[in-house]
Amino acid sequence: MSTRLKTGGRLIDRSASVEFTFNGKRLRGCAGDTLASALLANDQMLVGRSFKYHRPRGIVASGAEEPNALVNLGQGTRLEPNQRTTTTELFDGLEARSQNHWPSLEYDVGVLNNYAARFLPGGFYYKTFIHPRAAWKHVFEPIIRHSAGLGSAPKDRDADRYEQAYGFCDLLIVGGGVAGLQAALVAGRAGARVWLIEQTAHWGGRAPVDGDVIDGMAAEVWIEAAVTELAAMDQVTLRLRCMAAGSYDHGYVLLDEKLADHTPGDGRPKHRLWRMRVGKIIAATGAIERPLSFAGNDIPGVMLAGAVRDYAVNWAVSPGDRTVVVTNNDDAYRTAIALHQAGLEVAAVIDARSIANGALPERARALGIRVETGRAIARVKGGKRVEAVEICLQAGEGAASTTLPCDAVAMSGGWSPVVHLWSHCGGKLIWDEAGAMFRPDPARPPLHEDGSAMVMAAGAANGALRDAVADADAQVRIALQALGLKAKKAQAPVHDVPAEAPLEPVWIMPQGASIALRSKMWLDFQNDVKVSDVQLAAREGYESVEHTKRYTTLGMATDQGKLSNINGLAVLADSLNAAIPQVGTTTFRPPYTPVPLGALAGEARGEIFQPLRKTPMHDWHQQNGAYFEPVGHWRRPYCFQRPGETAEQAVHREVKNTREALGLLDASTLGKIIVKGPDAGRFLDMLYTNVMSNLPIGKCRYGLMCNEQGFLSDDGVVARIDADTWLCHTTSGGADRIHAWMEDWLQCEWWDWQVYTANVTEQYAQVAVVGPNARKVLESLGGMDVSKEALPFMQWADGTLGGFPCRVYRISFSGELSYEIAVPASHGAAFWTLLHQAGAAFGAMPYGTEALHVMRAEKGFIMIGDETDGTIIPQDLGLDWAISKKKADYLGKRGQERTFLANPDRWKLVGFETLDGSVVEDGAYIPEHGVNANGQRRVQGRVTSTYQSPTLGRGIAMGLLRHGPQRMGEVVTFTKMNGGETQARVVNPVFYDKDGEKQNV
Amino acid sequence: MSDPVSALSGASYDGFAAVREIGPLGMITLRAKAGTPGLEAAVLAATGCGLPEVRRIVRQGTRAVGWMSPDELLLVLPYADVAAALASIAGALQGQHHLAVDVSDARAVFRIEGAKADQVLRKLSPVDFDQLEPGELRRSRAAQVAAAFWADDGGFTLVCFRSVAGYVMGLLSVSARPGSEL
Amino acid sequence: MLILDCPYCGVRAEETELTPGGEAHLKRFGPGSDDDDFEAYMFARKNPKGVHFERWRHAYGCGKWFLAARCTATLEVFGTYPAQTAEPPADIVDKIRARRPDWTLT
Repeated sequence: MSTRLKTGGRLIDRSASVEFTFNGKRLRGCAGDTLASALLANDQMLVGRSFKYHRPRGIVASGAEEPNALVNLGQGTRLEPNQRTTTTELFDGLEARSQNHWPSLEYDVGVLNNYAARFLPGGFYYKTFIHPRAAWKHVFEPIIRHSAGLGSAPKDRDADRYEQAYGFCDLLIVGGGVAGLQAALVAGRAGARVWLIEQTAHWGGRAPVDGDVIDGMAAEVWIEAAVTELAAMDQVTLRLRCMAAGSYDHGYVLLDEKLADHTPGDGRPKHRLWRMRVGKIIAATGAIERPLSFAGNDIPGVMLAGAVRDYAVNWAVSPGDRTVVVTNNDDAYRTAIALHQAGLEVAAVIDARSIANGALPERARALGIRVETGRAIARVKGGKRVEAVEICLQAGEGAASTTLPCDAVAMSGGWSPVVHLWSHCGGKLIWDEAGAMFRPDPARPPLHEDGSAMVMAAGAANGALRDAVADADAQVRIALQALGLKAKKAQAPVHDVPAEAPLEPVWIMPQGASIALRSKMWLDFQNDVKVSDVQLAAREGYESVEHTKRYTTLGMATDQGKLSNINGLAVLADSLNAAIPQVGTTTFRPPYTPVPLGALAGEARGEIFQPLRKTPMHDWHQQNGAYFEPVGHWRRPYCFQRPGETAEQAVHREVKNTREALGLLDASTLGKIIVKGPDAGRFLDMLYTNVMSNLPIGKCRYGLMCNEQGFLSDDGVVARIDADTWLCHTTSGGADRIHAWMEDWLQCEWWDWQVYTANVTEQYAQVAVVGPNARKVLESLGGMDVSKEALPFMQWADGTLGGFPCRVYRISFSGELSYEIAVPASHGAAFWTLLHQAGAAFGAMPYGTEALHVMRAEKGFIMIGDETDGTIIPQDLGLDWAISKKKADYLGKRGQERTFLANPDRWKLVGFETLDGSVVEDGAYIPEHGVNANGQRRVQGRVTSTYQSPTLGRGIAMGLLRHGPQRMGEVVTFTKMNGGETQARVVNPVFYDKDGEKQNV
Repeated sequence: MSDPVSALSGASYDGFAAVREIGPLGMITLRAKAGTPGLEAAVLAATGCGLPEVRRIVRQGTRAVGWMSPDELLLVLPYADVAAALASIAGALQGQHHLAVDVSDARAVFRIEGAKADQVLRKLSPVDFDQLEPGELRRSRAAQVAAAFWADDGGFTLVCFRSVAGYVMGLLSVSARPGSEL
Repeated sequence: MLILDCPYCGVRAEETELTPGGEAHLKRFGPGSDDDDFEAYMFARKNPKGVHFERWRHAYGCGKWFLAARCTATLEVFGTYPAQTAEPPADIVDKIRARRPDWTLT
């Protein structure tokens, strides 16, 4: 059984007891424990079930690479699925639940899949769920969806907060082991701006566990001295619990800093996502131990040798009283020695190599540990935990010679450098034959924006498994030189580790294992991919490692194959009779370990999910029943609902009141761009389809803007302010876009023209005062002369109204007598309030965007975005009058000359009146007889705007119809969503006040 | 006429740094190419400041001039003095191609103060604040909207568009919440 | 995520502060141009794997458009220069040639 040892444990504080629950069971651990070490200390070997076969799963590793020991952590608003127990620091009150089983961890019905395993081979899903096709939607998909996913998805809104921050440095050193520390020391002493980050809560990495000696000091002492020196450097930033998720182009790196994972609810952000921009990255990310592939290597109690050592030394936890170590290298002997020193029994070291006479094996032998060379594990016996191992010859087929009772197996297949940060952005790897590992190829690094190497791998991550400090020292000097910084001359510290004999690659144990054994050799523990699955994929023709990955799901689990990938591709290479480097690796993609969505969202949630633009009158609207709608990022009142009123009733009331008395509209969102200069007129003549240069000072003119394709892009009224100044109104959503459009042409095409622009949209609050009483209310305010004579239709004037400085435009989008009044935004709310006070006597009511839409449709005015969709030219809308025939050029003129756009058969704008007075449905089409080449019903037109007109008491619509203007009076048929149809007569699109008498009074 | 009202009427938040909306502040966008005859005199008359170098802001009491782009300056002055300043600029640059326009009401201005004020902005803008020099005016973004800021008087002044003042106040407040110091 | 130096204000801007504008050095064809020229201006884009000239606007900054020479395969940046430039400047061309001896300006 696994238990807590009486002494030792460099990371735990035995005096501080911590209480937690696992599947509701109350357990105790120590401060400094991880959830994994605390579970092991409580003999909780079984911690989960695998994805496909629901096999019992125990803890395999001690760090980020853990594939098995995933739990649902917390509950309710703090529930997080798939949390690795090995990286979860224990805290008081922690609640964890195991995953992927029903009804319980111990008795799981899904384990039936295990007994059916021979019917669930690699590619099972692809082969099985193909026929019959109809079954996919109603049978297969629901079943697969039900069984998919390990943890349970949180249903509540996350109670925690997250944030992001931007960081900058010369050198980002990832990994706080001795290699990272040495790199930071050299860089810090050279005056570089350095960030050193470590994903765990401790500096030093594996060196203290392995008992390394650096510069004659115990590693622990050296590490403490290094951290103290670094902490005193102003230019050096140290961050624990900070994981480099990915490296991206041009020195961009995302870091996930876990601030309050271990102190939930303390008010700090849970995670902080650092968006770093760095000069060079030193990837001192260490190495990950590989499992060995022998039958039953997934049974709880089979662990990585390094992890067994970690648990014993760091947390004083023994995975078992009697451990078998199985290895192909010298490093695993450290585990045997560490267990022996902890007073535990090592049943034997099973070494696949025929000779093991390095310093470490000899030391183990000297301690009396039994070493069996040339041997292998034939199979592990046990169900929910290890009971014994059968030993055989590595060179044989698996005939067992001995059975060794034991309750833990420590396995080591060698170490693989963690090359993710090197590979994310294109760094290439080379196969290191001696180390049986892929390591960064220094000749093909990922590149920075200047074409230089962006990443230097250092220490174990660079394949320097033994002389990590010296390698880091060399790599950081290369990085500093590339940054133009001078490193102080100094000898690298002496990293004193025993010599090791070479490992012997072992991808299958034993070498000639039968299919029965190979079907129990796990490669991917989480996704249940076995040696036999990969071999099957190879036989079925999956030669590319990327295809095999997807076919078998090898490496596609939440751990992304940190343990399984190398073993899997070695098996694939063997099956294909190819060299490992020929097969290559799958692509390394960020993040290195999962990053919470909350951290990726950062501050963008709730009220500040996105910027909402508010006019100066927004608060008034809110207090007066406004029902808002989004217009770009603006929020505009759609209508102002009164108690008991539906939105539709409110809109109709607003329309009628405006037509009969007085309506007030907050038009502040209307774009306003000043264009000034000696060439401003010439410039506007290029921008608009009509002529603006000859607009008299004091007058207004409606204009259209097209893109170079000729399609209508924006419209609005232009006012001539003085000899070289124009004010261009744009649509509400269009101000920024049109301003950018103007600047593009001025900067990139006509840069010799003397024109300046300024977007003054937000400088002004603008109010449309509309209706028969519009003039009366303005006259009651006093100030400027707003009479027909002083301020005729389509003119503007500066003055004051009610004491407010303002500019008044006589323009109308409703067909009524209308003034648009601009006042400085800081006075907008006061002016708006004053208008309502003064307007009360004249029947004033505010109206919203829907009333505005209805009134413009009654007048047959087009709306950008309704009548246009990026494929419509002004000629389609009967706006030929606004297109200059005299101008040699304007933006879009050449585009409109294309034959397709000049075709007389194009759909053109007309009005529609339904025969029964009903409203044509939004988006309705006008079909015609026959079908097109795709067998679809042919169409001859469609609706673009459709409303119930309160003024006319019937449905009105505008739309595009082939040869429309020549078909006045004809009755056409619109489709309906639910079948059925609507008959409508083709009419002039101006439904109301055709001669424009009302606006011009 | 009423008194001018800033976008948030002086809203404030006290976290690990103090955030305050200030204003209304007078602001003029002055577009003219460097070297335009009379430009220096016009700016001096309006603000008492000389022309700023690239990406700098020059201050003189309550007035300042910032470099916004190769042909754009931002003049900062008391709100009530804008009309007079515009008139004097028009006079000084008469006959020269330029554009001077009142943008006082189009903007919202914030002060972020305290020893850790920079940390509030480090969470919002992709800007290396260690390299931000005294008197440097940096235009960038704050989360999803455009912003300009500079360090002065033991804190930062941040300018954004008026319509998004509420959003920016939210950003600054959330970023300044106690316990989230960098 | 790219970084580019704005040649106007000197800011080393990251991609989120910029707006992309597609291929640089296009010649506008207006009324009177033939269909082939207009089509080339409107639609035909080089899209090379390798050296490319692009338009970028320092949108969250000084607001100016500038041009960048960049390798679309390695993302190396050879340099940036003002938009008011009819063809790639000599110093940028030299820089590209130094690193891509086989490259020719077309």
